[in-house]
Amino acid sequence: MKELRFEDVHVRFGQTVAVDGVSLTVPAGQVVGLVGESGSGKSTLARAAVGLAPYDGRILLGGEPVPTRGRRRPLQMVFQDPYSSLDPRMSIGESIAEAMPRGASRAAGRAEVERLLELVHLDPARATARPSELSGGQRQRVALARALAGQPQVVIADEITSALDVSIQGAVLNLVRELQAELGLSMLFISHNLAVVRYVATYVAVMRDGRIVEQGPTAQVLAAPEHDYTRELLAAVPGSTTRSPR
Amino acid sequence: MSRLKSVIRTPVGLTATILTVGVLLLAVVAPILWSDDADAIDTANILAGPSADHWAGTDNLGRDIFFRTLVATRLSVELALAATAIAVVIGLLLGTASFVLGRRSGRLVNAGVNIAVAFPGMLLALFFAVVFGVGATGAVFAIGLAGAPAMGRLTRTLVASVSSRDFVDAARVAGVGRVRILFRHVLPNISEPLVVNATIGAGGALLSFAGLSFLGLGVQQPSYDWGRLLFDGIGSIYVNPAAALAPGLAVVVAGLAFNLFGESVAKVLGVGVVAGIQLPSSAPAVETTSPVDVAHHDADDIVLDVRDLEVTFPGPAGPIRPVRGVSFAVRRGEAVGVVGESGSGKSLTALAVSRLVGDPGRVDASRLELLGHDLRAADSKALRKLLGTSLAMVFQDPMTSFNPTKRMGGQLAEVARHHQGMDRRSALARAVDRMRAVRITDPEHRAHQYPHEFSGGMRQRAMIGMGLMGSPALIVADEPTTALDVTVQQQVLDLLASIRAADDVALVLISHDVAVVGQVCDRVLVMYAGKIVEDLPAADLAATARHPYTRALVAAVPDMHTDLDRPLAVIPGRPVDPADVPSGCAYAARCPLATDRCRTQEPPLETDSAGRRVACWHAGEPLPIEILDRELAEVDTQ
Amino acid sequence: MALANSAVVATPRVGRLGSHAWLRFGVRRLGRLLVSLWVLITASFLMIHLIPGDPVRAALGPTAPAALVAAKREEMGLDDPILVQYWHYLQGLFTGDLGTSMISQLPVSDVISQRLPATLALALLAFVFAVVVAVPLGVTMGVLTRRGHGRRTELAFTTSSVVLGIIPDFVIAVVLVYVFGVSLEWLPVAGNDTPSAYVLPVLALAIGPAAILSRIIRVEMVSVLDADFVRTARAKRLPKRTIYLGHALPNALTASLTIGGLILSAMVAGTVLVENVFAWPGLGSTIVSSILNKDYQVVQAIVLVYGVGVLLVNTLVDVALALLDPRSMIRED
Repeated sequence: MKELRFEDVHVRFGQTVAVDGVSLTVPAGQVVGLVGESGSGKSTLARAAVGLAPYDGRILLGGEPVPTRGRRRPLQMVFQDPYSSLDPRMSIGESIAEAMPRGASRAAGRAEVERLLELVHLDPARATARPSELSGGQRQRVALARALAGQPQVVIADEITSALDVSIQGAVLNLVRELQAELGLSMLFISHNLAVVRYVATYVAVMRDGRIVEQGPTAQVLAAPEHDYTRELLAAVPGSTTRSPR
Repeated sequence: MSRLKSVIRTPVGLTATILTVGVLLLAVVAPILWSDDADAIDTANILAGPSADHWAGTDNLGRDIFFRTLVATRLSVELALAATAIAVVIGLLLGTASFVLGRRSGRLVNAGVNIAVAFPGMLLALFFAVVFGVGATGAVFAIGLAGAPAMGRLTRTLVASVSSRDFVDAARVAGVGRVRILFRHVLPNISEPLVVNATIGAGGALLSFAGLSFLGLGVQQPSYDWGRLLFDGIGSIYVNPAAALAPGLAVVVAGLAFNLFGESVAKVLGVGVVAGIQLPSSAPAVETTSPVDVAHHDADDIVLDVRDLEVTFPGPAGPIRPVRGVSFAVRRGEAVGVVGESGSGKSLTALAVSRLVGDPGRVDASRLELLGHDLRAADSKALRKLLGTSLAMVFQDPMTSFNPTKRMGGQLAEVARHHQGMDRRSALARAVDRMRAVRITDPEHRAHQYPHEFSGGMRQRAMIGMGLMGSPALIVADEPTTALDVTVQQQVLDLLASIRAADDVALVLISHDVAVVGQVCDRVLVMYAGKIVEDLPAADLAATARHPYTRALVAAVPDMHTDLDRPLAVIPGRPVDPADVPSGCAYAARCPLATDRCRTQEPPLETDSAGRRVACWHAGEPLPIEILDRELAEVDTQ
Repeated sequence: MALANSAVVATPRVGRLGSHAWLRFGVRRLGRLLVSLWVLITASFLMIHLIPGDPVRAALGPTAPAALVAAKREEMGLDDPILVQYWHYLQGLFTGDLGTSMISQLPVSDVISQRLPATLALALLAFVFAVVVAVPLGVTMGVLTRRGHGRRTELAFTTSSVVLGIIPDFVIAVVLVYVFGVSLEWLPVAGNDTPSAYVLPVLALAIGPAAILSRIIRVEMVSVLDADFVRTARAKRLPKRTIYLGHALPNALTASLTIGGLILSAMVAGTVLVENVFAWPGLGSTIVSSILNKDYQVVQAIVLVYGVGVLLVNTLVDVALALLDPRSMIRED
């Protein structure tokens, strides 16, 4: 596993600046949480890293620029909406196989698909099922399996539990922790939910209006925040302030 | 395939299918059977009217018009299909151009298509008819090219909607090339609407061709299609009207067939329509929970009193009851939270209590009173005034809750004008004052703005302000902060708290977020499968909840104090579908404490001495420790 | 009601609208109009030059002497390089010189000015008729068939509006001619001499579009009545009339306007067919005879006139849309 480094990255869409000089490091084998509200630019940063948005600056993997074209893509992404991230006309096995590096035989490909499905705790016999037959939580697992099929060095998870029912979020988060521990993945975990990020990430970076306002080890940042915005975010977590009695 | 079969099940679809198949069959078969009849010249019988021998009479050479109409089917259909094929192919090229070529060249193509699409098909067809020359071949190209811009625009819209979905991005991230993505992902997902529109387009091409031939610009003698027959026929309309009406009828029938067939298939492939059945005049008896004992509350302190509330909708297989008997009371100034997942019936409870459940839903309750007034009474001006001024509603999605075509100030002022008899100026002044009260900056100016100029948080505050135009005794808020950023959420919740404190306004807050409800409310109602399963003080949520579902809900959501070394609690299975509620306790399938009694007998909602209620045969029993590690074995079910 | 003051400041996402937006909108729309106009002019110019063969020879016939053909070609400047011809064409447009009809030897601009009023009258009357019938009908139907109500009404209305919408205008025209002209002899079926002569042509032209338009308005009305902001209006307990006419109708109209515009501009082209049935002395009948006679300069001019008419209708629709729905001014294409 390698280290992912953003160096002074800028992303502009016409007149609007979505990412305004971000420098961030995801150490090898660690999970970094990226926290921010809507419009903070966190998703745009992720999209720039995987080649979905043009950027200025440098994004390096193990010291080398991340390839944004071609077949070999060491950076993979899991998206937020489980109902949009899988092609409804392809079986989940086909969706996973599409992300695998080329060159393997059909039998080897099938075996790999089954291995990945088991890794995310789905029944391998369901490889021929269509996404419409699966629940939201199951679809996110397939999306995770697909991201892993590319044998990535880094996985970016963009709000992967925000669209799921409360009772299902936990299972997906548990799976993320388990996979990260088992495979030693480097991971950039994006979320607007501080409590979720606290549970998953060892480092956290807080983003606002395209800039990182604070970053550091999770426990430290959450216990002793230095920036006003971080404090505001912490105070806004429901349940963190005591209710004024009637 | 099975979905296409359901096209035949509707009467319209069946008719359309039969007609279309008939037309196509005729196109193939008619020339074989009746060419000679159609060409037979009979100079003794020129321009005769309809008779037994000639059902539609004869033309100026004595030829039988009925048979000519039948035989003309082939040419008419062939030309229409050929023109449609041209339109579809060129349309596909134009529509996929921006996806394949990238932004710059794509924008040029799109601009060209946009300009061309503004011109009606007939005009373009005439234009190309000039270029390609009079006659069938020229007309085919003319109509084909005339239809291409519309097809191109449609294709582009479809391609854009598919390519904005995440699975296309995922393929790009996986390194799949653009052309490959086009063929593997985009085209298969637009094939259905494309084919349907092509079918409707074929109908249109048929009619356009008839039009061109009718003008004399299409098919030329000695060939004849329906349009050409019409052209010949209108000349003799005073002598033998059937000569024009017969081919006219054929054109209409064939055009209808293609169009209706396309639309029927579209309906089947698109949104399914739930064929509602009539609600039975008396609903079958439902087990009512034991009567709620609210005697320990002061009767005149109660703002909202609900007893045995049920909401029923007609469904394809029988009535669906998303709310199955809910009873609760809200006192003045009290904040009651209603918490539950999708399918719990919490939102419908709020809507039912506010009399906002419309047809075909039906609301029944043995008691439903706001400030002592019976809400089940028939609609009247007095009732509307009561609800408009004493009850404030806040809905979930601030982006769509306001009329986009009216200014904000006016939308707030409406309440005062209709219910408080204010004139325009005073009502607007009050609206501005209310906007100020909910901390919207520069309210005089903002009142003249449109909703899209407000941010989400501002809109929710305006929504609250709208509810404050009267003097509400109760605010019902349905997921008011779900769509908002967490810092904005805090501002809105603070606002609600200050309103409550200032005027003793009661609050019913519906949310799926246990933490929010726990922070804001005095009391929490936990709903599952249309019923209240627990009613407890908010302070007790974390430690002394008794229903297994409540405890699982609280445990499943990570907060700032969750133990980092343990896996998160998980509730196996899925929430209950209101159309398919199991007998016994609805939660039994997901509950670690479930026994046979739970699966057969529904536990009643029982009140204890402190006023807390719970519906569970095993309320308060300790949960097995394994529940926390269960997800590793149970994940397949979710 | 006294509420605590807080230092919360809301940041507006969109800037202040005002005259700036209208100005920007106007400039953009004008620009689009001009570009479309230029494309139209160029297309009508190219139309003649794309025709295979010699247009002069085709018009004068195979027996005409070569010298006459050559002279005509010289006169029309057909031997000049194409860009020069284009320049002459543009000049001619500005000065009102649209060429000469090869058949009648009259200036084309005279032909146009003679025939345009009849077509304009027909189109405008049909336009008004369609809108006046379709909007109230569509709105009423929408209210009657809103979610879960009036299933039978919906079926009856949809069936009849679909059928009427599909029957082409020239078939309706033929049927009307037969029923009211031949059979009952109530109304004239040729020419535009008397006011009653307008009835059948206007009906023939407008019935189809009115049916389609009312159907679209009904569908949009039903969909709008289900929208969140209508639920808000109901929560405000406003009287039904205010909800339907004040809240639902403007939004249903904006949703219908775009397709409505296309339908109305299709009516412009429909005059071609209807005029031919009723021997109407307008541009529609002229263009057909000109195409058959290969009188291309006339065809070119009429195509231009029709095209300009369509562009004007589109512009009007866009302006109406901007007036009804303030968001449309900001939306880029």
